[in-house]
Amino acid sequence: MIRDITIGQYYPRDSFIHKLDPRTKIIGTFIYIISLFFFRKFIPYLVVFGFLGLVIKTSEVPLKHILKGLKSIMFLLIFAVVFNIFLTPGDILWKWGFLKVTRQGLETAGFMAIRLVLLIMGSSLMTFTTTPNHLTDGLEKIMNPLKKIKVPVHEISMMMSIALRFIPILLEETDKIMKAQMARGADFESGNLIKKAKSLVPLLVPLFVSAFRRANDLAMAMEARCYHGGEGRTKMKPLQYHKQDGIAYVILFGYLAVLVIVKLISPF
Amino acid sequence: MGIIKAKQLVHEYIRRDEEGNTIGINRALDDIDIDIKKGDFVAILGHNGSGKSTLAKHLNAILMPTEGTLWVNGYDTKEEDNIWNIRQSAGMVFQNPDNQIIGTIVEEDVGFGPENLGVETKEIWKRVEESLQAVGMLEYRSHSPNKLSGGQKQRVAIAGIMAMRPECIVLDEPTAMLDPNGRKEVIRTISQLNREEKVTVLLITHYMEEVIGADKVIVMDEGKIVMQGAPREVFTRVEELKEYRLDVPQVTELAYELRKNGLAIPEGILTVDELVSEIARL
Repeated sequence: MIRDITIGQYYPRDSFIHKLDPRTKIIGTFIYIISLFFFRKFIPYLVVFGFLGLVIKTSEVPLKHILKGLKSIMFLLIFAVVFNIFLTPGDILWKWGFLKVTRQGLETAGFMAIRLVLLIMGSSLMTFTTTPNHLTDGLEKIMNPLKKIKVPVHEISMMMSIALRFIPILLEETDKIMKAQMARGADFESGNLIKKAKSLVPLLVPLFVSAFRRANDLAMAMEARCYHGGEGRTKMKPLQYHKQDGIAYVILFGYLAVLVIVKLISPF
Repeated sequence: MGIIKAKQLVHEYIRRDEEGNTIGINRALDDIDIDIKKGDFVAILGHNGSGKSTLAKHLNAILMPTEGTLWVNGYDTKEEDNIWNIRQSAGMVFQNPDNQIIGTIVEEDVGFGPENLGVETKEIWKRVEESLQAVGMLEYRSHSPNKLSGGQKQRVAIAGIMAMRPECIVLDEPTAMLDPNGRKEVIRTISQLNREEKVTVLLITHYMEEVIGADKVIVMDEGKIVMQGAPREVFTRVEELKEYRLDVPQVTELAYELRKNGLAIPEGILTVDELVSEIARL
């Protein structure tokens, strides 16, 4: 049960998108997300849809797999849509008791839904096509200028990659502790929410103890292997821009240009 | 002077109360003298609390001597400036394979040490390949360490140390958490590295079977070195070993019991084959 939790899992393929430099993908995703929010018209979203569709197609990640990721935000989506429809003031289209639907409400809800779906699909596409290591490497490289204002960029990215490495180990451990306690009569399944939450306490305590012990061991092992921060450290897999990254950037700016033009000329 | 030399090495763990007053001193290492030659395979045996792990931590400059001196590859461990040279000369493999693998992919983990040393990218790849080859894990280079067995993980950890090109590898109970097959796998790898790559090996363990192939065995008890010599010499002293709460290999014990009961079997039998041929001779 607990092993089903997956965090933006990498989907191994050998596509054009997979081979891009992580920096290209991070910057691309960032620009894409901003582009979602700079208009309040429906037609430009067709451009966004088209662009996203194209990227998904080249990434060779099946659409079904990406849509699965939307399940987790379903609740949030419905919540946002319902509230926007009923609570936005404006021209009343339909009224029943204290519930009223307005034109503005429908519009806002529609934009909200489209933006959320596009946002999740786009950003999950990045994690599907980039290994966690590449992602942290890319982030480290992008944030590098922040070193000048004393942001511990290397340390942050090291922490992130270690966290990613230990997620499966800690999940396995949780599973083990749970089984051990179930074997001795612990009940994690029945009862109301409060009772369920309480039954997690005997699970969390040993988990924390073991996580700290692991952290201590790992720190010692890292020091024993001469780890002393980012200073004077070389990279086994240094990031390098290739030709395809140039192409990707050109396409990205093409997309932005088309979007701006459509925004200016479209009536809706 | 050998690659590792300790002179009257003492280490005390000091327990303090909240105000910082000393409430107890635990002498974990007491007047240790060792001298280990380059290229040797040395095993350190001892019961829990005998000080063997404390000694291991000194060899990697994780702990500093309270008294006495320890030289690793000629560097004095007490001097702060030597710390990275020492850690590069004496690589350390720990007990729990999960808690010492840093990378999310096997080859990246092996590359972690050289990266820290500031080795050039091309050279890192070469070293990673050679080290994985040496421990027989080359075909797993792009796997996730989570999917490997305990023995395989431990071999990856050894490769990670080998990639730093150390003079000496210290293994602190590397097999304690493994199943018998994994144990054999790791010990085979270690002795192969010692033979073929000429690395000095210091194996800390409490499994007797693992030390039979060693050049020298050191037995520790309560922070002191109580016995040392070739495995054959040490294992003939069955009674003495038992006093230090150590077992002898089953075959050796059987041979010892048989001899005690009047059969003409020579001392220092270490393998099943030896015992079989001795019994057949009778």
